Amino acid sequence: MPAGLIGRKLGMTRIFGDDGSVVPVSVIEAAPNTVARLRSLEQDGYVALQLAGGTAKRLTKPVAGQFKHLERNRQHPAAVREVRVDSTDGYEPGQQLDVSLFEAGELVDVTGMSKGKGFAGVIERHNFHRGPKTHGSDHHRAPGSVGAGTTPGRVFKNTRMAGHLGHEQVTVKKLTVVRVDSERNLILVRGAVPGARNGLLLIQKAR
Amino acid sequence: MHVIQELEREQLRTDRPQIASGDTVRVSVKVVEGNRERIQVFEGTVMRMRGGGLNQSVTVRRVSSGVGVERTFLVHAPRVEKIEVVRHGVARRAQLYFLRDRVGKSATLRERRIAR
Repeated sequence: MPAGLIGRKLGMTRIFGDDGSVVPVSVIEAAPNTVARLRSLEQDGYVALQLAGGTAKRLTKPVAGQFKHLERNRQHPAAVREVRVDSTDGYEPGQQLDVSLFEAGELVDVTGMSKGKGFAGVIERHNFHRGPKTHGSDHHRAPGSVGAGTTPGRVFKNTRMAGHLGHEQVTVKKLTVVRVDSERNLILVRGAVPGARNGLLLIQKAR
Repeated sequence: MHVIQELEREQLRTDRPQIASGDTVRVSVKVVEGNRERIQVFEGTVMRMRGGGLNQSVTVRRVSSGVGVERTFLVHAPRVEKIEVVRHGVARRAQLYFLRDRVGKSATLRERRIAR
């Protein structure tokens, strides 16, 4: 399984295809990542690449210590993610990965943190229907019944109710890569990706 | 946002004329029929303009054999081969929806004379 990249969502726009069709795209900026460490079956029990991207202003000493073996300007990564691979052959710590990893037409999975919606009612969170607004109704956006009475005498677990919505890890699978711009470190992907602008994303080849 | 603006600017067509509501325009659109491509011309009054930059669109209205037809084009789309302004009309509002209720002469706009 080939590797992935850490990137940043820049926003959305539209691109005109060769046949004149309009393609909605998400623009992802992915500055070259460093392979920080290799995970091996013998040592870690799984095979993966640890990727490091960006530059953090400050790191705690224990964290910074993990990147001492890298080049000087790579020692303070802002984001670290691991990507599962079939084999780490051909990869070594310190190696750079950039957007040329991907090419137009390929399918990718994009992972990110979705926008936080706060404490959301049952309509926004679970797509419940609304009651009548008028005609004497007092059942506007209420959830309605959450179960039977004396039997079972309790509310079942996982009953859909109001609560926190968003700000969770979301993966959008099988998005088509529309264009790769190596000069500007851009990946243009068809459709929407999770999170707000400037949100951190992990782009992996689709499985 | 900077990079996105760059991407959009790269796709802008520079051969588009200035269009305003009330103008009469002739739009040539590439139409794909099977595996043949031909150019279809649509002429009518600009009823409204929407959006800006790459997302700018223009809605053109014409009355074709007694039926009002409105078509919306993306100004910068590559499928739109050519836009020509045939006539500048006087429009005192941005959206000329009142044209929908009018037929015949009352649906025409006075011509705007451009000072030399």
